Amino acid sequence: MTPTSDVPQTNPGTQFGFLDDFAVREIRRGLLKALAIPGYQVPYASREMPIARGFGTGGMQITLAIATPEDRLKVIDQGADDSVNAVSLRRFIAASCPELSTVTRTPEATIIQTRHRVPERPLVTGQIMVYQVPYPDPLQIVEPSEAKRRASHAHGDYARLWVKLYEDVVRFREVAISNRYPARVAGRYVIDPSPIPRWDLPKLHRSPVAHLFGAGREKKLYAVPPFTNVVPLAFDDVPFEVERFHDAAGKRNRCQRCGADDTFLDEIPLTGQASRWQCNDQDRCSENLGYPNGA
Amino acid sequence: MGYVAVRGGEAAIAEAIRALDVLRAGGTEPGPGAGDPLQVDAIRHQLRLLVDRVMGEGGLYDPRLAALAIKQAQGDPLEAAFILRAHRSNLPRLGESAPHRGSSMRLIRRISSAFKEIPGGQRLGPSTDYLQRLFRLDLLDEDPAAFRAAAQAIPGVPATAGDFPKVVDGLRAEGLLQDAGPAQPAVDITRAPVTFPIPRPARLAHLTRGETGGVLTMAYTTMRGYGYLHPTVAELRVGYLPVMLPHPLTGELVEAGEVLVTECEIVATHGGGPGEGPPRILLGYGGCLGHNEVKAIAMAMCDRAMLSGDERGVRHPAEDPEFVVCHVDGIEAMGFCSHYKLPHYVTFQSDLENIRSSAAKLQGGA
Repeated sequence: MTPTSDVPQTNPGTQFGFLDDFAVREIRRGLLKALAIPGYQVPYASREMPIARGFGTGGMQITLAIATPEDRLKVIDQGADDSVNAVSLRRFIAASCPELSTVTRTPEATIIQTRHRVPERPLVTGQIMVYQVPYPDPLQIVEPSEAKRRASHAHGDYARLWVKLYEDVVRFREVAISNRYPARVAGRYVIDPSPIPRWDLPKLHRSPVAHLFGAGREKKLYAVPPFTNVVPLAFDDVPFEVERFHDAAGKRNRCQRCGADDTFLDEIPLTGQASRWQCNDQDRCSENLGYPNGA
Repeated sequence: MGYVAVRGGEAAIAEAIRALDVLRAGGTEPGPGAGDPLQVDAIRHQLRLLVDRVMGEGGLYDPRLAALAIKQAQGDPLEAAFILRAHRSNLPRLGESAPHRGSSMRLIRRISSAFKEIPGGQRLGPSTDYLQRLFRLDLLDEDPAAFRAAAQAIPGVPATAGDFPKVVDGLRAEGLLQDAGPAQPAVDITRAPVTFPIPRPARLAHLTRGETGGVLTMAYTTMRGYGYLHPTVAELRVGYLPVMLPHPLTGELVEAGEVLVTECEIVATHGGGPGEGPPRILLGYGGCLGHNEVKAIAMAMCDRAMLSGDERGVRHPAEDPEFVVCHVDGIEAMGFCSHYKLPHYVTFQSDLENIRSSAAKLQGGA
């Protein structure tokens, strides 16, 4: 029962942050719980947004629930600030939060909403990472039933995940999980870190910033608080490995724009010649070049 | 000059939206084009079943906005329901309407396939069931005068008020009907998180907003043999139900308006098998906003199938509440399906690296 006196006094969708006060309250409470129990998936009544499910409604709800007019927001998709979905999300958030400013340079941002990447430049205290999450549960790859997965998490029973990793190593000499690599948070819950590449996973370990994860369609919130252990599942004799970007001769490919050899690269296949490689993190690449076009 | 990866950006999005609107106005059609703009009232009345479907899936009873959503979405029911749902998402909840018995529905249609005659009588009403699906070529270029005359063919609103007892009430009085446990409070699934096991009111709430085709598919699996439900439509009703809200000052229930709904009770005989107890009649309930008979019947079958799963363990997909509830929502399913059109080149690059690394190790015999 919703008492009439509890009704927010602003028109829906017109107040700062689009969400009504009840939604903001629920999401903030959910995030506090998520931070208090690192890695635990908090169910919440995810709101339908004017953006389609699967396009980042979970991350967007977090951003809208935590943003203040003083914030500086960066939105990236596939490492780029100007890819279509990043543009679309930024446009909506900027329209719903008129005073908030949007930025593209990583160090200037207070909130970074992302799909599939963590910026290459080390994050600093005061920033918040917000992830758009398609699958919040690392056990989804071994168990389709949410009810059973929740029981496994409660018991700390990740045996089936370990067996999958073991069988991968036996059959393929590698763990066949290229992204969404499962990691144990604060020695307890195993999380799906969203579809970031393995390259980005070590950036979460003892990171100085809060990492907030929102799965809109699956209606879950979870978090990695600052300075928290995030350890990829691996075996003593088969360590966790990130992408290497080696060429056929075993040499590390470099970005052919800025020359970096310490970034996650995009491969651009070219007809009749070797692929071209380029930094995926657009802002990092431009920063390396001293921002030649001003951005 | 360095290679610049293809970038979408603001201009591309604006052009895509403009192109959509060109098509909405029939801009590429040769000849007379799209004609006059569709008026929302024309959609509302002449495409009433589409409006009803969109209201049901959008979870909001507002025929005018539903018609606008259909116009905006250029007739795509999923997209139209989505527009309505997004609008509904943060509307304030002004109160909670009181539960209302379907027996006092102002009926436009009421049938039972369980009995030849039912107390209060059967009423075929507006139904497509016995239509011969042949083209009415006269509608190709319909005469407006004939169109207006058609609206006047039956004088007055063809709805009957009065108390028509539910067909299942008779079975209940005879002690043959096993109800689905005690009544439980309604769950607002838009405000309360979903967790499993999920109570029946929350399941019904998911089904009633479910995509018509999705609910039908789930139900059809039980009809064809993935389940052994042998349902009989005890009663199917279409009509108007009052919305009763507590008065803000006195707290007394007052009628705030009425909504068109479709309601269905199916009964299934069950029991007699090992560990199943004596044969009895089990109930399944379906109900949705607007006139949508297939959805109401399919929903009742899904309800029944899940209740069977509760009682003796899940044996078939449609008996598993998680399987049904998590997959019947059209807006979630279409959103996630569409999201695969977004760039995934980071994860694909990661896959490539993974596969190359594994191939090298396997080749090297490491």
